[in-house]
Amino acid sequence: MKKHGNTIYVTTQGSYLHKEGECVCVRVDSVEKGKIPIHGLEGVVCFGQIGVSPFLLGHLAENGVSLTFLTEHGKFLARLVGPVSGNVLLRREQYRRADDLQESARLATGFLLGKIANSRTVLQRACRDHGEGERDAILRCAALRLKDCLQRVNQNESALDALRGVEGEAAAAYFDAFSQMITVGGEAFTFHQRSRRPPLDRINCLLSFLYSLLAHDARSALETVGLDPAVGYLHRDRPGRPSLALDLMEELRPVLADRVALTLINRQEIAADDFKILESGAVILNDDARKKLLISWQQKKTQEILHPYLQETVTLGSLCRVQALLLARYLRGDLDAYPPFIYK
Amino acid sequence: MYSEDDLVQLSALQHYIFCPRQCALIHLEQLWEENRLTAEGQLMHKRADSGKAETRGNVKKATGLLLRSLALGLSGKADVVEYLREEGGWRPYPVEYKRGRPRPDGADEVQLCAQALCLEEMTGKSIGEGALYYGEKKRRKIVPLTEKLRERTIETALGVHELLKSGKTPAPVKAAHCANCSLNETCLPDLGAKRTRVRDYISRMLREE
Ligand code: SF4
Repeated sequence: MKKHGNTIYVTTQGSYLHKEGECVCVRVDSVEKGKIPIHGLEGVVCFGQIGVSPFLLGHLAENGVSLTFLTEHGKFLARLVGPVSGNVLLRREQYRRADDLQESARLATGFLLGKIANSRTVLQRACRDHGEGERDAILRCAALRLKDCLQRVNQNESALDALRGVEGEAAAAYFDAFSQMITVGGEAFTFHQRSRRPPLDRINCLLSFLYSLLAHDARSALETVGLDPAVGYLHRDRPGRPSLALDLMEELRPVLADRVALTLINRQEIAADDFKILESGAVILNDDARKKLLISWQQKKTQEILHPYLQETVTLGSLCRVQALLLARYLRGDLDAYPPFIYK
Repeated sequence: MYSEDDLVQLSALQHYIFCPRQCALIHLEQLWEENRLTAEGQLMHKRADSGKAETRGNVKKATGLLLRSLALGLSGKADVVEYLREEGGWRPYPVEYKRGRPRPDGADEVQLCAQALCLEEMTGKSIGEGALYYGEKKRRKIVPLTEKLRERTIETALGVHELLKSGKTPAPVKAAHCANCSLNETCLPDLGAKRTRVRDYISRMLREE
C-alpha cells in the first residue's frame, strides 16, 4: 500500500513558489526558504497570499501533483489538477446510484456506521485515558447512546431521512460529551456546541480548520480515483458543495481531525492565546498556531495502523485514498458493499 | 478498419500482455500511477524523444515519430526509427528503447512489431526487422518481424479493443508480476483473492467489543 505522499503546506504570506530543476523552491522576499523535490510529492497547499510561477503550475500538473489554494483560514478557493480525468463510465455509475434513493441510503449507511463507530471509539479512548468520576460517567453514557444509534443505522435499509435523524442524534450525543475529553484549559477550552460559520470558540475554530484540511484530502483522493467529489449520497447535491468528499470524511473526522484537536489541547501544545477573538465573536487561529497545527496534522498522517478491512498496514494519511478506492471498487461492482473504515 | 476516434495507444498492447486489468486501469479508468520504474523509463524516453532527424552516411535517424494504423486501431510514438539507405530510397527500421532487461513475456517484441505495422501502413514499405535496445544491458536485440509475431500483435490489438469496448475492468488476479506493477497500490490485487464479504466485515467490526 502506498505510503502517504508528502504534502507541502505554505503558510507564510507573500511566499513565492517556483520551479528549480526538479524541485519546488519556496522564496520569501527573494530569499530561498526551502527546496523540495517534486518526485514523491503528492500535493502543495497554499494558504492565503502565495504566488506560484507558471512553469511550476505546468510541471506540477504534468507530474500529477495537486495544487490547492485556500484562504488564510483554510477555506477552499481553487485547485489545479492535471489532465488525467478518470473514467467517465465510473462517474456515470456514481451518478446513477445517486439518483437511486435506496442505493443512496445504502451507501449513506456505510458512511454513518463508520462515523458513529469511530466517534464512539474516540469517547471510549478518552474514558480509558483519563476517565474518572463524573467525567467517566458522562463519557460512558454518550458511548452507550452512540451504540444505540449504531444499531439503528445498521438495522436493514432505512430511508435517507431516517438515517439523517439518527445521525443528528449521534452527533448531538458525541458533541455533548466532547468537553469531557478536554482535560486542561478551563474556560478558554470549553465546548458548548458546534459552530462553523464562523466558529465561535477555540475548539470549534480548531475543528473547523482540521475539517477543512481533511475535506481537502478527501476531495483530492476522490478525484484521484476518478470520482466526482460533488455528487454524494448522504449529502445531497448543492451547488458548490463537495458532497461526496463530505460523505467520505464523515468516518475519518473522529479518528483524524478530532483526535488531533484533542491532543493539541490536552498536551498543551496549543494555548488560549494562540487564538484571536474578533469583535464579532468569531475565533481565528494566529499564524504560529496554524503552523503548530499543520505540523501535528502531518505527524498524525504518518502514523501507521492495520486497515481493518484490507488487513494491510496503511498510514492514517493514506486513509482518504484507500477509502476512495474502496468506494470506487464498490461502485464498479467489485465488492458487495462499501466497507467503511472502522477504528478500534 | 478502425476510425481515428477508436485509436488506442500503442503502449496498451504491452500493458495488456502484462496484465489485462492493468491495461483497463490505465486506458479505461485512466488511472496512472508513476512509480520509480515508469519514471526512469520516461527519462530515457525524453532523451530519445527530441523529434529531430539526423543523417550519418547510409543511416538516417528520426526520433519521436508519430504513428498510427487504422487496420490495428493503434496510434502512438516511435522512439527511434532508423532509415537505411537502399536503392531508390530509405527503408524504415524501428528501434525501441527499453529500460531494464529483456522481458520473457514478449511484450516488447509485440510493441515493436506494432510500430512496424504502423510504419508499413503509413509508408507502404515492408519491414523485415527492428531492434530493441535495453538500457540496463546497453545491448541491442534484433527482432525479426516473423509471421508469428505479426499474428500475435494483431491478436493482442484485437484483445485490447474488445476489453476497452466492454467498458469493464477485469477483477484482479494476484500473481508474481503484481510486485512489479506500477498500479499495484491502486489495483489492490489482494482484494481479488481475499474478497471478504463487506457485510461480514461490518458485523464483525460492530460485534467485537
Ligand atoms: S497489481 Fe497485479 S492484478 Fe493488479 S493490475 Fe497490476 S498486475 Fe494486474
